Amino acid sequence: MTLYAFMGAMEIGLIFGLVALGVLISFRVLNFPDLTVDGSFPLGGAVAATFIAHGSNPFLATAAAFLAGGVAGFITGWFNVRLKIMDLLAGILLMTALYSINLRIMGKPNMPLITEPTVFTLALPPILLDSPSGLGKPLLLAAIVLVIKLLLDAFFATRIGLAMRATGANPRMARAQGVATGWLIMAGLALSNALVALAGALFAQSQGGADISMGIGTIVIGLAAVIIGENLLPSRRLIVTTLAVILGAVLYRFFITLALSFDALGLQSQDLNFVTAALVSIVLVLPLIKRRLLPKKASGG
Amino acid sequence: MLKAENLFVTFHPGTPIENPVLRGLSLTIPTGQFVSVIGSNGAGKSTFLNAIAGDIMLDRGTVSIDGEDVTHQPAHRRAARVARVFQDPMAGTCEALTIEENMALALSRGQPRDLRFALNDERRDLFREKLAILGLGLESRLTDRIGLLSGGQRQAVSLLMAALQPSRILLLDEHTAALDPKTAAFVLELTARIVQENHLTAMMVTHSMRQALDYGTRTVMLHRGQVVLDVQGEERDQMDVPDLLHMFERTRNETLDEDALLLG
Repeated sequence: MTLYAFMGAMEIGLIFGLVALGVLISFRVLNFPDLTVDGSFPLGGAVAATFIAHGSNPFLATAAAFLAGGVAGFITGWFNVRLKIMDLLAGILLMTALYSINLRIMGKPNMPLITEPTVFTLALPPILLDSPSGLGKPLLLAAIVLVIKLLLDAFFATRIGLAMRATGANPRMARAQGVATGWLIMAGLALSNALVALAGALFAQSQGGADISMGIGTIVIGLAAVIIGENLLPSRRLIVTTLAVILGAVLYRFFITLALSFDALGLQSQDLNFVTAALVSIVLVLPLIKRRLLPKKASGG
Repeated sequence: MLKAENLFVTFHPGTPIENPVLRGLSLTIPTGQFVSVIGSNGAGKSTFLNAIAGDIMLDRGTVSIDGEDVTHQPAHRRAARVARVFQDPMAGTCEALTIEENMALALSRGQPRDLRFALNDERRDLFREKLAILGLGLESRLTDRIGLLSGGQRQAVSLLMAALQPSRILLLDEHTAALDPKTAAFVLELTARIVQENHLTAMMVTHSMRQALDYGTRTVMLHRGQVVLDVQGEERDQMDVPDLLHMFERTRNETLDEDALLLG
């Protein structure tokens, strides 16, 4: 792998670290299998790209994308909590609706950002931005992802954050302790999808535009990152897990880049989703294989 | 004061398995009274508690606490006034969270939850002080996951959690049923102590007539969704398990065949 390809994998991996954090909130913290992300990732890209193409400040555009994702997640939660629609179905409904909404927002299937300013061109000094190693974007993204990880850690240590964790872990107990679980599910899904949309906005700005099909498979990649991260750094402490899923996302991207760069395998970029699904399947059955192959350890008292 | 008037709850209405659980149940408990509730399986004991806590909404009837009608309030809003300990030790605590996190959740019961940190030194000191009362050595295990504790330890912590914030009503739903006899006795003594020290209005559902007479100041028996027996004061002090059974048979004019109740 060339240094340039390495930096490219790093860049996309870090962006998907945000997706992984979002998926961690819905699937793990709230125990809510939310598929909205396949729609909220391109939603973030579409909103940011459209704002920027119309001359908005890229930071404002990115903030708008974050908010749009939050609204999408909130609606998924509302469908489930208030309208009693099954969790999986609520996410699928939003994902489906967002496809049309994203087309409406962009007015066309893709919105290129070639000459327009982005958060990267504004925030990075020219020496880093134009560095042939491609070091600039991963550096900025690492800083963004780290700040968001720390903010999330702090949030989950607050009274309301703790109530959100209890909502996912034991809703009946949470209600008995006075936690308005319905509101916290909606708020948690809003936060989750806002982070995913933020990832979509950064992805569009780093990859030169938003595309209607950019969201396909987002949930699988997010889950892959979460599962790889949890196996990499198994811990019951959320502060460790938030770091683990980011590492999982980056590692996952390296796997993919490696797999696609092996000419011997004959894989091409259109095989990406197949490779993703295959990789996630392998990681999912690993514990089973481990148990079958390794002799059982004597269990201590 | 807790006032339940004419409560009706039917499970699966309009289906072949329609099951009227509460049929016009009424009960008034003055402030500071500790009531034990007995009854055979299906008598409606747990449903009654769930209806008071707001986990089950009533078909008919009203529930009021200290004069305020809470009939239409969901469980999380009633939580400011109602504290609970569940039968299943797993149900009353969050397994994945630490002891201190569980206690912090309970300390915010009935309080607005905001972006202040859930844990700080002051709160940890309070938790240590409370846990030390148990004499189980838990005060040095604040950051252990609560899932690592035994059922009895978890019920003991649940009781502490229920008393961390002042409440008007404490609901205990067969909270010792899942414990071995020795641990059950420990948790019951702790219950009596916490109820007394905090001057709580309490309602304890139990399967055991012995427990029902030994703890609390008043005993109520439910049968088929109604109160069929209600004793307190001198009458209750002189009662033993066989007397309770006879009274029940006289009232209902039928014989109890519940081994669980007889042996309890």
